[in-house]
This record gives sequence, C-alpha cells and structure tokens, in this order.
Amino acid sequence: MSVLSKVKETLVCLRAGRVTLPYPAQPRPTPPAFRGRPIFDAAKCTGCAGCANNCPAREILIIDLCQEIRILQYLGRRCTYCGRCADVCPEKAITMSREFETASGRSADVQQRLDLFMSTCQRCGRCFKEPSLLEQLKLKGYRLDDLQHERWIFRAHAYLPGDPVVDDIPLELD
Amino acid sequence: MLQNLCQKMFGRSLWVYHANSGGCNGCDIEVLNVLTPYYDAERFGIKLVGSPRHADVMLCQGPAMRATAAALRRAYEAMPAPKLVFAIGSCACGGGVWFDTYSVLGPVEAVVPVNYYIPGCPPRPEAIIYGVAVAVGLVDKKVAPVQFRQAPFPIPRYHPEDLRGSGELVVYEKAEKV
Repeated sequence: MSVLSKVKETLVCLRAGRVTLPYPAQPRPTPPAFRGRPIFDAAKCTGCAGCANNCPAREILIIDLCQEIRILQYLGRRCTYCGRCADVCPEKAITMSREFETASGRSADVQQRLDLFMSTCQRCGRCFKEPSLLEQLKLKGYRLDDLQHERWIFRAHAYLPGDPVVDDIPLELD
Repeated sequence: MLQNLCQKMFGRSLWVYHANSGGCNGCDIEVLNVLTPYYDAERFGIKLVGSPRHADVMLCQGPAMRATAAALRRAYEAMPAPKLVFAIGSCACGGGVWFDTYSVLGPVEAVVPVNYYIPGCPPRPEAIIYGVAVAVGLVDKKVAPVQFRQAPFPIPRYHPEDLRGSGELVVYEKAEKV
C-alpha cells in the first residue's frame, strides 16, 4: 500500500513537470497592457508642462532657465507608472514602455532630463499664453521647481530658506 | 564563467527580513509572490526569516513614516554587520504618492541607508528577482540616466558688433551659428 502510494506520488510529480520560471536566465515577456517606465521623446516634446502639472507623484520637474530654454526632468523614483503623463501629452511624446527591469544601486539611474528649446511668440515674446489668475490658483507653480535640490515649490507665499537658485526670483517653498 | 556564476549564486545565501514601514501591502504581496515555487527565490539561496537578527538583507516597503521610523531604524541596527537594504516600490524609493503628507517623512533612505532601489508600484515579482540578481552579480543593470539637449546653451544670438565691412557689402561673421 505504501509502495503504491509512493508510485502514485511520483506519477503526480512527474505529470506536473517543472513549474519554476527560469527568469534571470531567460527573458520574461510582459503582458501587452503592462505599463513600465515612461520614455520621454525629446524630438516630439513641445514643453507644454502638462505632464508636470498632472503627475500625481510630482516627479516631473520643470524650470525655465530663460525664455528659450526649458528643462524638464523626470526623476522616476516615486513614479507609480500610472500613465497620466502619457494620456495628457498632446504630442504623444511620452510612451509607457514595457520595461520593468529598472533596479539599480543608484536612485538617479532612472531619471531623464530634457533641455528643450522653446520658440517664442514674435509679438509677446512668450512661449505660451500666460495663465489667468484663476488658472494660476489651480497650477502648483511648476515654473519655480528647484532642480538643483530636486524638489518642487507649490505655493507662492512661503519663503525658501537657504540660497536662492535664481537670483532675481525669490524661490518659495511650502 | 559558469563557475563564477555558480559561486556567486551558491557562495552565500541571502536571508531576507521583510520590513513594512507603512506601505499599502501591494509590495508585500509581490515579495511573498517571489518566494512561491513559481518564482522560487530559494534557488538563489534567498530565505525569509522572521527576525532582523538572523537576516543579511532587509527588504523595505513603504515610506519612512513618523510612527514607524524609529522601529525601522532599530530593526536596521539589529541586523549583523554585512547588511544590505533593498528599497522595494515607489514608496520606499522616493516616498510614494503621499510623499508630502504629514505622517510621511520621505523615502526609506531618510532613516536607513539604502543599497538597491527597485522602483515600481508595485514592482513585478520579476523586477524584484532582477534587483536581487543585480545585487548578487548575476545580471548587469540596464538603466542609466538619460539627458537630451535640443539646442546648445547658450543660444547664439545676433550681435551687431559682429558685422564686418561697410557700405553695400556687410557680412555677418557668425552667420552659420545663428
């Protein structure tokens, strides 16, 4: 009886086969709807900063160095891969790739930085229409992001301690 | 080559301690998923232990929170000396979506030094295995910071003092740069 049960057990084990995934040795395809880390296409980006305004984790920082140069920096550490930036992008410059192997020893390895050249209006000299007062209330002040310290400034009434990054603009933090 | 790999694989076992300092349990489920027979992390010698005193590696999930930061620090200090800390998930790597709330101090590295970052919300079980394989030396890391420039900086501008010549023939010296 015991021998029979052992034989039966062996047969069950043989039928099951190997179930372990040979993952690091062989690549593992992701499902088609999988959202991996976003890839920023600098050739398509117009610098409208919609991604920076809609990012729930505030991981996309934007600062205007001057009227023509706008820096967009995606830090990617606390990115939840929600795909809102890709949804809101009017030029489809952000694609959610299916890349998930982003582990590394440095947290700065996942960041992407675009230095964008902004064409300005011939009449007013601005890149975009200035937001109205109501829109300024809704915006979180992305133009004053602090790229050096990788933090963002979302209210315009508190004073930032320490050295100001841009001399003529008083940088503010909550 | 293979011997080196095998030595790296079987040379020493990593005993992991699983510390959640206020996460949403999404990353916990993925970490426990890694330990199932399908992903089978024990082929790398990874074993889950219940006490930080037995562990080589601490897997941190969730941000450093006001209520649990001291406990996390104590758990880190209780681990014996060659120790690694993995930050698993967006919360542990960067503070998560609620990084600016009252109870969240920030990423886990605000409290304990972090050696490896595995971003994702939650990371796939394969991503966790990949992070461990990067740490053990089985695979190379694939990500690197990306920088792209659309225009050189500073932008060349039209300067009237670069005009050469007079009368009908006036040549701008740096014409191709503008």
